[in-house]
Amino acid sequence: METAEAFPGATGPATDDGKGQVLRLYIAGQTPRSIAAFANLKRICEEHLAGRYRIEVIDLVQNPQLAAGDQILAVPTLVRRLPEPVRKIIGDLSDADRVLVGLDIRSAV
Amino acid sequence: MDHPPVAPLPKTPTGIEGFDEITGGGLPTGRPSLVCGSAGCGKTLFAISFLVHGAARFDEPGVFMSFEESPDELAQNVASLGFDLPGLIQKKKLAFDHVRVEKNEIEETGDYDLEGLFIRLGYAIDSIGAKRVVLDTIESLFSGLTNQGILRAELRRLLRWLKDKGVTAVITGERGEGTLTRHGLEEYVSDAVILLDHRVIEEISTRRLRIVKYRGSAHGTNEYPFLIDEEGIAVLPVTALSLNHAVSPERISTGIARLDTMLGGKGYYRGTTVLVSGTAGSGKTSVSAHFVDAACRRGERAMMFLFEESPAQVTRNMKSIGIDLQQWVDRGLLELQAARPSTFGLEMHLSRMHRAVERFKPKVVVLDPVSSLLSVAPSGDVHGTMTRLVDYLKSAGITALLTNLTRGKSEVESTDVAISSIVDTWLLVVALESNGERNRGLYVLKARGMSHSNQIREFILTDHGIDLIDVYAGAGGVLTGSARLSQEAEERAKGLVEEQELERRQRALARLKTAFDAELAALQARFETEQADLLSGISQHQARVARVGEDRRTMARNRRADAANGDERSKPRDDVGVKER
Repeated sequence: METAEAFPGATGPATDDGKGQVLRLYIAGQTPRSIAAFANLKRICEEHLAGRYRIEVIDLVQNPQLAAGDQILAVPTLVRRLPEPVRKIIGDLSDADRVLVGLDIRSAV
Repeated sequence: MDHPPVAPLPKTPTGIEGFDEITGGGLPTGRPSLVCGSAGCGKTLFAISFLVHGAARFDEPGVFMSFEESPDELAQNVASLGFDLPGLIQKKKLAFDHVRVEKNEIEETGDYDLEGLFIRLGYAIDSIGAKRVVLDTIESLFSGLTNQGILRAELRRLLRWLKDKGVTAVITGERGEGTLTRHGLEEYVSDAVILLDHRVIEEISTRRLRIVKYRGSAHGTNEYPFLIDEEGIAVLPVTALSLNHAVSPERISTGIARLDTMLGGKGYYRGTTVLVSGTAGSGKTSVSAHFVDAACRRGERAMMFLFEESPAQVTRNMKSIGIDLQQWVDRGLLELQAARPSTFGLEMHLSRMHRAVERFKPKVVVLDPVSSLLSVAPSGDVHGTMTRLVDYLKSAGITALLTNLTRGKSEVESTDVAISSIVDTWLLVVALESNGERNRGLYVLKARGMSHSNQIREFILTDHGIDLIDVYAGAGGVLTGSARLSQEAEERAKGLVEEQELERRQRALARLKTAFDAELAALQARFETEQADLLSGISQHQARVARVGEDRRTMARNRRADAANGDERSKPRDDVGVKER
C-alpha cells in the first residue's frame, strides 16, 4: 500500500502482534477536508491507541483502481480492516466520540 | 445561452426492438436518461440491453454500475437472453462495478462527498473507453447514507459530471408513491424520462412503456405495450401505423376451388384480412388449413397461430380430411405456433406474434381462433388491439385469416362486431339444423372489392378436404344433408312417373292416329264404291234415255208424223230433265 508523503507519520508502529488497529484512510486529492480528516485521525489514535495502530493513506486520485476493493464511495473514508469486523467511518472525523464508537474503542454512551 | 441554429438532438440507439422507432432513434446522446418503474418492471433488463446492444452492435463499450445485483447474478440472469456478459467483459467491451452500501458498516462523522464514486466510475469509463453508462439503481444510496443533503448535492453533481464526460447514461429508479421515483431522481434527470409499468388487469399481466419526457425531441405519448421473453425486451410501436398501406390487386386461392368461385372466381385479395366465423365444430380450422395448404403449394411461407389445439393435433386432424400439413412443416414453409390464450395478456400475445412474423416472414398468417384471444383481453380493449394487429399484417402485405368461434345462433353476428369492421372478407360457416341432423352451410357475408356469390353452399368435410355443393333451394325451402338427398330422390321419382305418363299418352295418340287412318281408309273405300255405282247408274240411264229418243224418232218416221214442232218442244224438255239429274 502506498502512503502519501504529504502526511508525515502516516505509518504508525507495527501491529504484528495482532492486537493493534490497521486503519486505512481513503482520500481524493489533498483537499482541506482530507487534511483535516488525517489530522483528526492522527490525534485520536495518539490519544487512545498510542503504539497500537497503523495508518495507511490511499489517495484515490492516484490509485483509482483501489476504490472498488474496499467499496469506497464517500471520501474521506476510514476503513478499519483489523481486527474484524470491517468498519467504515465516512466524513472528516471531526467528531472524535463517533470515531471511537465506530472503531469499537469506546462503546456508545 | 445564444446558439446558432443547431442540428437536431443526436440520438444513441438502444438496440431495443421498437424503442428506437418510437423515440426516433433512441436515447439522447451524451445525456443521462431516467428509466423508472416499480419492482420487476424490467428496468434492469432495459438498462443491460442498452449496454449489451451498444457493445455488441454499435461498438460502444459500456459501464454497468450496479448498486443491487452482483455481476455474477446479473450475468446469470441475462445469459438466457443470449447476452454473454463475461465474454464482453473479457473483450473490454463492458466493465462492471458492483457498489455495495452497507448501512450497518458505516458510521458518518462530519463532512464528506462522494468523490470515491466519481473516481470509481471515471476509472471504469476510462479503462474501456466507455460511451454508455448504466447506474442501477442509484437510489440505493439513500438507504445506505443518512446525510440526504450531501447525497442530493452529490447526485446533482454526478449527473452533470456524466454529461461533461459525454457518456449516454441510463439511470434507473424505483417508482414512488405518487411520484415517478421514490427519491425524486426525476428532478435531476431532465433530458429523458421513461416509465415502465407492469400491471395486472383481470389476472393477466401487461407491461407498458411510456415516454414521460424527452426534451428536444418529438415522441409518442402513448403507452406502448412491451414484452420480455427469451429474446429480450421489445416494445410494440404498432399504434403508430396508419391506414395507407399499399394494396395489391393480386388474388390468391382460398384452397377450395368452389370457394374461389364464390369469391368472384379468384379467391381472396393478397394482403387482406379474412374472418371465418362459425360455431364449434363447423370446420373453421379446415377452411384455414386449406388456405395454408394452398399457400405452401405456391411456395409461400405460412404461419398458423393456434390457441386451442396443439400443432400435432392440428396436423393429425387435417390429415384425416386429406390435408398433409406436416410436409410443409418439414420443408420449412409452414410454422405452427401454439399458445394457451390465458398464458399471457393480449398485448403479450400480439407482441409474440409480431416477433414471430418478423422472424419467419410468412406471406400468409392464420389465427385460430381469434375469439379465444379476445377472451383474455380487458373489455373495451379488443377493438384497438385487433386493429393494431390487422394494420400491422396489412402493412407487411400479409394475407391473414382469422377464425372466430361464435357461441350460438343469436350471437353469430354480435360477437363479431369487434373485428368485423376491420376485416375485408367475412365468411360465415353456419349449422343448418333440420330433420334431426346438423349440416354445415357456408356463405360469404362480405367481400370488399369483389363480386361474390350471395348463395349459401353446403359444406361437407370429406377425406379429400372440403366440398362445397349447391344446397337444394326449391319450393320446399333450403334443404341440406339427407333432406337434400331425399328431396332429390323424390324429384327423380316424380320425374320418372311423369316420363311414363308422357309415353303412355304418346302411345295413345299413336293408337288414335292408327284408328283414324283405318277409318279414313274404310270411308274412302265406301266413297269410291258408291261413286262407281252412281256413275255406272248415270251412264245406264243416259243410255236408256238416248235409246227411248231414238225409238220415238224411229216410230215417228215410221208414222210420218207431221207434228214436228210438237216433237221439237217435248224433246228438249226430256233432255233438260236428264241433264238435271
